[in-house]
Amino acid sequence: MENRKTVPFFTGGTFILLALMAIGAYAAIYRFAYGLGASTNLQDNFPWGLWVAFDVLSGVALAAGGFTVTAGVYIFNMKKYKPIARPAVLTAFIGYLMVIVGLVIDIGKPLSFWHPLFMWNYHSIMFEVVWCITLYTTVLALEFSSVFFEKWQRKGALKVMKGLTFPLVIAGVILSYLHQSSLGAFYLITPAKLHPIWYSPILPQLFYLSAIALGLAMVTFESAVSARVFSREPEKEIIAGLGRGTSIALLIYLVVKIVDLFTRGAMPMVFQGSAASNAFLIEIVGGVILPMVLLSMRSIRESLNGTLFAASIVIAGVVFNRFNVTFFTQTSSGASYFPTWKEFAITVGLVSLAIFLYRLAVRYLPVFHTGEVKTEH
Amino acid sequence: MANKPKGVLVDLTRCIGCRGCQVACKQWNQRGAKPTVMYGNFTNPPHLNSECYTNIRYIEQDQPVTPVWSFIKNQCMHCKNPACASACPVGALKKTPEGPVVYDFYRCIGCRYCMIACPFEIPKYEWEKTLPAIQKCTFCSERVANGLIPACVKVCPTQTMYFDDHEKVMAEAEKRLKENPGKYINHIYGKEEAGGTSWVYLSAQPFEDIGFNTKIPAVELPSLTWASLAKIPYAVVGGAVVLSAIAYFRNRGSREEGGQSDTRKEG
Repeated sequence: MENRKTVPFFTGGTFILLALMAIGAYAAIYRFAYGLGASTNLQDNFPWGLWVAFDVLSGVALAAGGFTVTAGVYIFNMKKYKPIARPAVLTAFIGYLMVIVGLVIDIGKPLSFWHPLFMWNYHSIMFEVVWCITLYTTVLALEFSSVFFEKWQRKGALKVMKGLTFPLVIAGVILSYLHQSSLGAFYLITPAKLHPIWYSPILPQLFYLSAIALGLAMVTFESAVSARVFSREPEKEIIAGLGRGTSIALLIYLVVKIVDLFTRGAMPMVFQGSAASNAFLIEIVGGVILPMVLLSMRSIRESLNGTLFAASIVIAGVVFNRFNVTFFTQTSSGASYFPTWKEFAITVGLVSLAIFLYRLAVRYLPVFHTGEVKTEH
Repeated sequence: MANKPKGVLVDLTRCIGCRGCQVACKQWNQRGAKPTVMYGNFTNPPHLNSECYTNIRYIEQDQPVTPVWSFIKNQCMHCKNPACASACPVGALKKTPEGPVVYDFYRCIGCRYCMIACPFEIPKYEWEKTLPAIQKCTFCSERVANGLIPACVKVCPTQTMYFDDHEKVMAEAEKRLKENPGKYINHIYGKEEAGGTSWVYLSAQPFEDIGFNTKIPAVELPSLTWASLAKIPYAVVGGAVVLSAIAYFRNRGSREEGGQSDTRKEG
């Protein structure tokens, strides 16, 4: 069993990450210098593209592991998962930082990003989302700060943060509910645009439920991958438990989704064979039903590869859902859009930056403190 | 009097497609030109854009004997409760008491949620600029505020557009429908669409056949998102109470657990 500190930081993978980040940085500079028209394929009839669908909508949902795991560990007192609370908070924190960077790149007037904090329109979902993301990122920063205090042996500060654990976790869970669901509520105002397979009065709740499933899948994925990368014995019980949780979350989401389709009378549309219905079927069968069935099987949950595969398709499925909702809001008038390489480069660069920061943090900070416990033995 | 909300009735049966309104709009609002394309239709430019607040759509319908032409004046509808204004996080878009929905570039952050929210696809963006603005018909708000009529209404040679207090405009629309049975489709577009708009239309052709979106529900669209936002205080208070209660009961007797020294079962 190896100590994680013996894993070199600069591997071939690190240099690939750095290269992707450099390309992304070039594209970002180009975008700031020449504007959205020159760097993207966004148009008047397709104003929200890859960056909104992935960097913002998917990014926030991908970071949902932070609140699901902290809620489980601290509020529901599921001690078994305590070792992954820190990595989950770290992932969420980095995820939200990337969302904020993505937002600043995407908005037309990046230097005005602070306006919603001072110029209020509380009738706007966007206003609420900006506030929630700001507050929740602050909560995550505070939650994660204890890792620094631990590294620097600041006993007093650590004690203060420990006292704040419960208020912070509760604030984080509430803020997460508010904005995870509000990302769905964005589209409540487009009943004449969004395809009826997706348009539903319970879009906010559907976004929230799918974010929980995705958050758990992300943490599962991350635990399995980091067990492998850092050559630690995979925490089989934790990973299997997370897989089971993901499966249950998917089941709840699926049931609500199907009931919703029936009550709105949208069920016949699912089997129309149109682009929208096919996209929907891929999203539901491939991203929800298949992983739900897989993760309900003990043999899959206990195999690292099986869990990794199932978690990956949950991630792909929910991300695909965010793309579908964003795109099928804008195709009603026959518009079409495909991102430029610069749009891809910025998104890929942000993901690379997130992975890089995550690696940096687990390398130099006591994130997996259970790993340390293990090396002491 | 000045504060009474204004409206415009567009009687499409009167439009001759001269595009004088397009020119007047560009002049008053100091809009430039953009490259355009020929694509087998007389509508030019083919869509509204950041330099073009209004255009005439030319629709040719094949009908027995002879084709039928419709000319459709196209611009912001100035909803009574605009989706764009409710969507804007910073209040850059606002409905004025006189009727126009106006835009403040300084406030705008460029999130483009207004473009997503607008059911009529009216707000356009200056994609080519480094610091772009949203552009759309202003209902000539400065003119209206000073007792003048909008530039496009002023210049129209056939009085296609009737500008007045919104209630008078609606009464006039009802009157024309009643006094000319069979002339119009029995529908005032904009009376109920999106909860009602300041600009309304009368047409001899079914609205869905001449490019109008007839799927827009008869509700004020901001009410749909407000339903979600209005629940926030309850979600916050309820969430805090419920989560604290769960946390309290689930964690009873386990407070003595010390610092960061986790005792984890060996895997």
